[in-house]
Amino acid sequence: MIQHMKSRIVVALAGNPNSGKTTIFNNLTGARQHVGNYPGVTVERKEGYRQHNGMEMTIVDLPGTYSLTAYSAEELVARNFIVDEKPDVVVDIIDSSNLERNLYLAVQLMEMGTPLVLAFNMSDEARARGYEFDLEMFSRFFGAPIVMTVGHKGEGMDALLDAVMSLATKGSQPHADISVHYGNEIEAEIIKIQALLAKNNPLADRYGSRWIALKLLENDKDIRAKINSPDIIEKVEKSVAHIQEIVGDSPETSIAGSRYGFISGACQVAVRSTIEVRHTISDRIDTVVTNRVLGLPIFLGLMYLVFSLTFTLGEPPMGWIEKLFSCLGNGIKDWWPEGSESLLKSLLVDGIIGGVGGVIVFLPNILLLFLAIAILEDSGYMARAAFIMDRLMHKIGLHGKSFIPMLVGFGCSIPAIMATRTLENRRDRLTTMLVIPLMSCGARLPIYTLIIPAFFPKVWYGPMLWIIYVIGIILAIVGAKLLRSTLFKGESVPFVMELPPYRMPTVKSVLIHMWERGWLYLKKAGTIILGISILMWVMTTFPGLPEDEADRFEKDRQAIQAIIGDKKVYTEEKDERLVALDNQEAEASLRHSIAGRVGRTLEPVLAPMGFDWKIGTALLGAFAAKEVFVAQMGIIYSVGEADEGSETLREKLKDNYSPLVGFCIMLFCLISAPCMSTLAVTLRESGSWKWAVLQLGSLTLLAYVLTVTIFQAGMLLGIG
Amino acid sequence: MLLTNVEPGKRVYIIGLNAGQGMQGRLAAMGLVPGEQIEVISSSAWGPIIVAVKGSRVILGHGMAQKVMVA
Repeated sequence: MIQHMKSRIVVALAGNPNSGKTTIFNNLTGARQHVGNYPGVTVERKEGYRQHNGMEMTIVDLPGTYSLTAYSAEELVARNFIVDEKPDVVVDIIDSSNLERNLYLAVQLMEMGTPLVLAFNMSDEARARGYEFDLEMFSRFFGAPIVMTVGHKGEGMDALLDAVMSLATKGSQPHADISVHYGNEIEAEIIKIQALLAKNNPLADRYGSRWIALKLLENDKDIRAKINSPDIIEKVEKSVAHIQEIVGDSPETSIAGSRYGFISGACQVAVRSTIEVRHTISDRIDTVVTNRVLGLPIFLGLMYLVFSLTFTLGEPPMGWIEKLFSCLGNGIKDWWPEGSESLLKSLLVDGIIGGVGGVIVFLPNILLLFLAIAILEDSGYMARAAFIMDRLMHKIGLHGKSFIPMLVGFGCSIPAIMATRTLENRRDRLTTMLVIPLMSCGARLPIYTLIIPAFFPKVWYGPMLWIIYVIGIILAIVGAKLLRSTLFKGESVPFVMELPPYRMPTVKSVLIHMWERGWLYLKKAGTIILGISILMWVMTTFPGLPEDEADRFEKDRQAIQAIIGDKKVYTEEKDERLVALDNQEAEASLRHSIAGRVGRTLEPVLAPMGFDWKIGTALLGAFAAKEVFVAQMGIIYSVGEADEGSETLREKLKDNYSPLVGFCIMLFCLISAPCMSTLAVTLRESGSWKWAVLQLGSLTLLAYVLTVTIFQAGMLLGIG
Repeated sequence: MLLTNVEPGKRVYIIGLNAGQGMQGRLAAMGLVPGEQIEVISSSAWGPIIVAVKGSRVILGHGMAQKVMVA
């Protein structure tokens, strides 16, 4: 049969989580992909493009699912996509080293009658486990062509695309004749229900009446709602009761069993096992890693390792970037045409380079942290971590699955809050969202990296950082517990999660992960932080010293320069006094500026924490993005610095504040309100202003109360 | 008996799932259906449990495991 030639087709990728679907999607689409949202739900929509043999393909990466029920938003989205948007081909990516469970989804796709290609992925692992597949036989069982692939090596991609192409252009009728036999009782009831549906039902046309009947028997909430006929529902209930009585199981259970029976039958005929592998390497590693006694210490140890490596490995590149920016700054200063202190020059050097540079310096640290998280995720360790943490999470009233978003929160709160989508229970989800900002995010790292070496001896660097993070974690735990026993009381959803085998993460995928997040950080720097830096520069430069004061300083300067001394010591003293005068002038100028005035107005509120107006101003800027705190401090102290002086910011801090204040600054930044972007994401993901405001208010209040307490206690004890 | 009472290393058959219909579907999709043989890989008195089912590993929270009846 000759079909009109299409020039563009839509291909959907389906498959279990951990089946390598994303790797294959990346292989097929490369850089030509973008992420959006499905309307009305917070489920990610990933689309990409690929050309193959003259055909333009739009490839949609459907959410990873284990089945196509209406139980979760992801499954519903995947199912609706196939039914509503009718892709030309659906490719089911199957972990072939784990065939039986993976084929459960394939069976359901088959029953939907959609044009199907099966990709037996991870076929290298299957081979290593001694499995041999009769692809021809499988193909007949499922009515679909089968391609062997090894996603992480990029093998089989062309064959896959060829199979997709040939199926799409063949335009043959999907095999409506292939179906699972559900046992005589259930089959009888199916026919009864189909008869009821036949009367003029648009739904039946869309999905197929047999499929609808099956879903109704399975108590599918979505289909039941769509049917909208109490009469049919009543008859279905009767069928369900009947089946329960005769078969002894609910239809849902029996149907699932039949599906697995079908799969089992297919596998018995089409799979040959040549090696009996009892305990795989993964299991052996797990006996140690998930050990009741060793598990938690290993986990904590790993986390400590990750953080200290981030610090130490990041130090050298940070130094280079710092040098680069200061060279840039000096270069501009030198190169600028002689003349008066131009505002534009100050904007460039102090505002932009000082501000943004101060933030980009921390890029190595951020990247290393994201790299570590990417490795942990891709290797499969994260699932073990969720397992180890489940008991603890349960005690707080949270889900083991809450743990992974919270861990991502150590990198950045924004993807972390988005990751709470995996939590099915809204109460769990909201609780997790509200406490995630307490998992000290990567943006706060610059603040700690700035302050810790300024005030504490070298041996204390690692432990200090660790202490801050642990405080955040403890507060998050307490907060979660509190929320779960008050605002979000209720049952938690039972915890069921797959434990994938350990996999060697591929360099490519880890780097892609790391870069995706690092790029977000850079973009933040390029836009928000740049904007805020300029705004802050304006606020700290204007309106400038009033005439009479500026004159007074100028007179003092000339008086010093007029002192004539013979000995060398007089010249040195003269220089010192000039520098001191410059600093005084700069500070006076700052006091007069907008930022200074705002800071001073806030001073009575800040004083109990040991903060002065300069810190107050910096904290204001930090609301836009946490890293701005560092940028702002940089500006405040360099604007107040005039020309001379190569003192780094740290030395300035040490000169002006005590270690206790330094610690309080870090504490306040740790706990207080998350940045603007985090609030925006919380608003979006929770769907209401209520929660964003609660997050902002309660965290700021908590930060204030705790910091005041610590500072006052410290002063009393004489530590300050 | 309940899955939570099975020692690690033992293989048992699932005979029933004491869970709501939605949850039953979720468990089934993971391979846990009545009649299926599973092996307990790791267990603890009040923590989550790891079982081997259909060639893969699944973690069940303690509360969830208590809803699985085996023999």
